[in-house]
Amino acid sequence: MDERPADAVSPAEAPVRSSVEAVFREERGRLLAALVRRFGDLDLAEEVTSEAIEAALVRWPVDGVPPKPGAWLMTTARRKAVDRLRRDQAYAARLAMLQVEAERADPAPPADIDGGLPDERLELFFACAHPALAAEDRVALTLRCLAGLTTPEVARAFLVPAETMAKRIVRAKKKIRQARIPFRVPDAQELPRRLSGVLQVLYSIFTEGYAASAGPRLQRLELAEEAIRLARILRRLLPAEREVAGLLALMLLVHARRDARTGPDGEPVLLADQDRGRWDRTMIEEGRDLVVVALTGGPPGPYGVQAAIAALHDEAVDAASTDWPQIVALYDVLLALTPSPVVALNRAVAVAMRDGPEAGLALLDELADEPRLRDYHPYPATRGDLLCRLGRFGEAAAAYRQAIALAGTDPERAHLRRRLAAVEPTSRDDASGA
Amino acid sequence: MKYMLLIHAGDEGAPETAEQSFFEDWVAYDKAVKEAGIWVSGHSLADLTTATTVRVDAAGERIVTDGPFAETREVLGGYYVIDVPDLDVALDWAARCPGARVGSIVVRPVAEFEV
Repeated sequence: MDERPADAVSPAEAPVRSSVEAVFREERGRLLAALVRRFGDLDLAEEVTSEAIEAALVRWPVDGVPPKPGAWLMTTARRKAVDRLRRDQAYAARLAMLQVEAERADPAPPADIDGGLPDERLELFFACAHPALAAEDRVALTLRCLAGLTTPEVARAFLVPAETMAKRIVRAKKKIRQARIPFRVPDAQELPRRLSGVLQVLYSIFTEGYAASAGPRLQRLELAEEAIRLARILRRLLPAEREVAGLLALMLLVHARRDARTGPDGEPVLLADQDRGRWDRTMIEEGRDLVVVALTGGPPGPYGVQAAIAALHDEAVDAASTDWPQIVALYDVLLALTPSPVVALNRAVAVAMRDGPEAGLALLDELADEPRLRDYHPYPATRGDLLCRLGRFGEAAAAYRQAIALAGTDPERAHLRRRLAAVEPTSRDDASGA
Repeated sequence: MKYMLLIHAGDEGAPETAEQSFFEDWVAYDKAVKEAGIWVSGHSLADLTTATTVRVDAAGERIVTDGPFAETREVLGGYYVIDVPDLDVALDWAARCPGARVGSIVVRPVAEFEV
């Protein structure tokens, strides 16, 4: 019921098909959400969503695209669901029970405006990111149900075997069904906490794409783009929530640097060394406008503050003329909102830029015993950089070696080796002799 | 949909400083559960030192032992079975339970078998 059989598409028509299917990515999420809302059952909704889209792929090229494509898909999917329930009476009885319960909890009927598809994806966002699910399952379900990725695509995105991911998704769906995790937007009292869970899911999809934690490549941009697409959907659904604007802004302002972040061999290029001419100005503009939204009308949230920091970097013509005092001030705000040794590390880097490497190094030394930084390669790498700037090359080399041992991707290791080579005695002699 | 709220509390039970008000919180909670029309059943359990374990071995022989004894600080001290529409409502009731403040509440759906 999950995936079409692999032999359903011949290799020759596959590219055509996948481009048509890409058109349906957005529709798939909407349709699935509306059907889940109607039936209260994710499996049935997924099954008939796929069947309706299959039917559209066959019929529309022949009959033409119907005047209301969304309504056509919905009608087709509902008809398929009715067929399924006629075939399986026990299932139908259980589903009827579900609907009675759903009415008890949430009597408001879904609005169906002029035959179009109502957008009920918000309910699905909250169900997929429910705190009763394991964190990794929330990410997998969100990619599958809302981004419209297939299970093998989700598996590829997280570098796990398809079978492992399939099991994970089956387990998560079983919990939703059996523990009856509702497809409902939390009430006003619960909303802030639950929304932060949804945002966390989107941000972890983004960061996994932006700085892959393992594997041969540093960036998996398609994941970052999925995260941005999902954040845009969420922003349309919750226009008044400033942290949604803040998260979308943060993603855009970081993603704007994607082309400059890696060198020709896929190695990372530090922010200070990036060719800023290759930054995506349109994306930066959009991100900056959203930062204003995120920081206006109340105390700022952590995503809004991080977006503001990213905006200051994006606005500077080079590292030296960056507004470091302002960045340090924003890190102070961020530390107060979300105390974390990783934030403290980033703040130390900004302080080093404002007050010199010694000041930064003193702050890093205060973090030396943090358990969360023990296996975090940016910590020794940053120490190496500051020690190098102070001319303490021997200590810098030791720090870089430590970072190399901790780095998760090949390009990061290669990059750190180059930084190590630059501080080792032989290469410095060569450099001065050349 | 029925959920069992398994109330795991520290063996001391109530926080010492506010014992009287803690007891009143329990009375109020119990009343609220019943007035909401969601109460199916519920009991608080006698001290774990009074527990007895029974097994029947392969030969059909009954084996009775004292205990079990607490292996962790938190022991099952009582339960409610409530009938509510979904997990979120069950979690809300679990969070309101005074036991959640001195221990933890495990929320488990009651299995439904298709006839």
